[in-house]
Amino acid sequence: MRMAPVGANPVSVEVENVTVDYNGKVALHGASLQLRAGSICGLVGMNGSGKSTLFKAIMGFVPPSAGRVLIQGLPSRLVQKRSLVAYVPQAEEVDWNFPVSVWDVVMMGRYGYMNLLRIPGARDRQIVYDSLERVQMLEMRDRQIGELSGGQRKRAFLARALAQQGSVILLDEPFTGVDIKTEKTMIDLLLELKQQGHTILISTHDLASITTFCDQVVLINRTILAYGDISDVFTEENLARTFGGSVGKFLPES
Amino acid sequence: MDTLAIWQWLIAPLQYEFMIKALIVSAFVGAVCAFLSCYMTLKGWALMGDAVSHSVTPGVVLAYIFNLPYSIGAFVFGIGSVLAIGFIKSKTRIKEDTVIGLVFTGFFALGLVLISKNPSNVDLLHILFGNVLGISTGDMIQTFIIGSITLVTLLVLRKDLLLFCFDPTHARSIGINIVALHYILLGVLSLTIVAALQTVGIILVVAMLVTPGATAYLLTDHFDRMIPLAIASGVFSSVLGTYISYYLDGSTGGCIVVTQTLLFVVAMIFAPKYGLLKQRSGSIAVEIEGEA
Repeated sequence: MRMAPVGANPVSVEVENVTVDYNGKVALHGASLQLRAGSICGLVGMNGSGKSTLFKAIMGFVPPSAGRVLIQGLPSRLVQKRSLVAYVPQAEEVDWNFPVSVWDVVMMGRYGYMNLLRIPGARDRQIVYDSLERVQMLEMRDRQIGELSGGQRKRAFLARALAQQGSVILLDEPFTGVDIKTEKTMIDLLLELKQQGHTILISTHDLASITTFCDQVVLINRTILAYGDISDVFTEENLARTFGGSVGKFLPES
Repeated sequence: MDTLAIWQWLIAPLQYEFMIKALIVSAFVGAVCAFLSCYMTLKGWALMGDAVSHSVTPGVVLAYIFNLPYSIGAFVFGIGSVLAIGFIKSKTRIKEDTVIGLVFTGFFALGLVLISKNPSNVDLLHILFGNVLGISTGDMIQTFIIGSITLVTLLVLRKDLLLFCFDPTHARSIGINIVALHYILLGVLSLTIVAALQTVGIILVVAMLVTPGATAYLLTDHFDRMIPLAIASGVFSSVLGTYISYYLDGSTGGCIVVTQTLLFVVAMIFAPKYGLLKQRSGSIAVEIEGEA
């Protein structure tokens, strides 16, 4: 799944005029977006703006009532079969008392490559080992997941996304409750993954931090208001439409 | 009590064929239920187990009336209750626990009406509380076949079901069919309840499906160890409970579940990491540290 970083990378995620409604209630309307391989994109919007709906649409969990989503030109069923999209959940979505170790969690990233009994082979173990090493969590591998600090928890699930070897990685609010050191480790790693041709989409409230490492941003409020380079997109008018009026406090310090 | 006395205590009941049968069946049922209970505990499906077990009542009665194997009637109504719960939940705005409470009491009440109209065919007490001491060879074979289906399913799908309980979003994103897993787990739950009916009865079967898993959950942080621990506690309680019921001349299902519950209490107090004693000494240490 690794692609050379070239000037005009192929489009990896293609969201084409997508509308999603839940029992008639429209969560996302006419959203369009293209993400290239080897890029990091920030997804900015308020709670309830359709960020998680967009994630679900990209993962193929909600069938759009109009439009379509393609990952590397493939429809969602094949995308899932090939484990192309990896999702790093928010901390609140995980049951931290669950009797699984860090190693077990990262190994779950490999299930899509195993047979029905999910018996890991030498290659799976090697990939899990390497993934843990890359997020500096190797020595924590036998810990039950609840015994980890906030930053270690994030890194464990990031390691699972690495082990899954998906070309697209979705991160849901990855920096909440994370110390500065972990945030830096994670950003360095994301930049490295970008160099290797991964497409990374990060949802966040924090405008200031994404300007430091994202290539592109997407502004979302029930539809995609704007996307592209940060300098083009972060206009006062766009931000006002995204956050509905109270812009000042959201503007990144330049 | 010296060794000889213990030996005699263990040997004496074995001169009766019905006791040997009861011990074998209850140990087997204890193992199957314990395996499944690991998933029930982690998924939070205790209420669902309660619902399905009560809902099979009319099926058992109808099977007796129409002279069918009781397991078929029970299974049909067990699955029926699951589907009814899923249907009502998706079509109305009522919350899931309300739907579960509503459906299983409705089914159970229907069962009571049917029993009261056919008193000669079915013994209410045997359905409600089990009758493992009087189990027939035919029922024993049914129990083994049904229990084996559950065991094989759980062994094959062990890891997928674990992932389904832990992180369904991830499971789905890598192409695992979680809707199928949901219904497989419910189907296996229904089957296991049918298999356990003769041993502990409708009222107590939910204990077999929750307690061993909860006990094991307090004892370990590793799912791979949780399964054997749950099975060990399930089998041990079944065998010991059956012996106790022989000497007390009391309800076998009741003795098994009381034994399981006592094991749970022991685990709750003495578990190496999550036991009350450990937590207490831990919090005292923190307090002292805080004062210093």
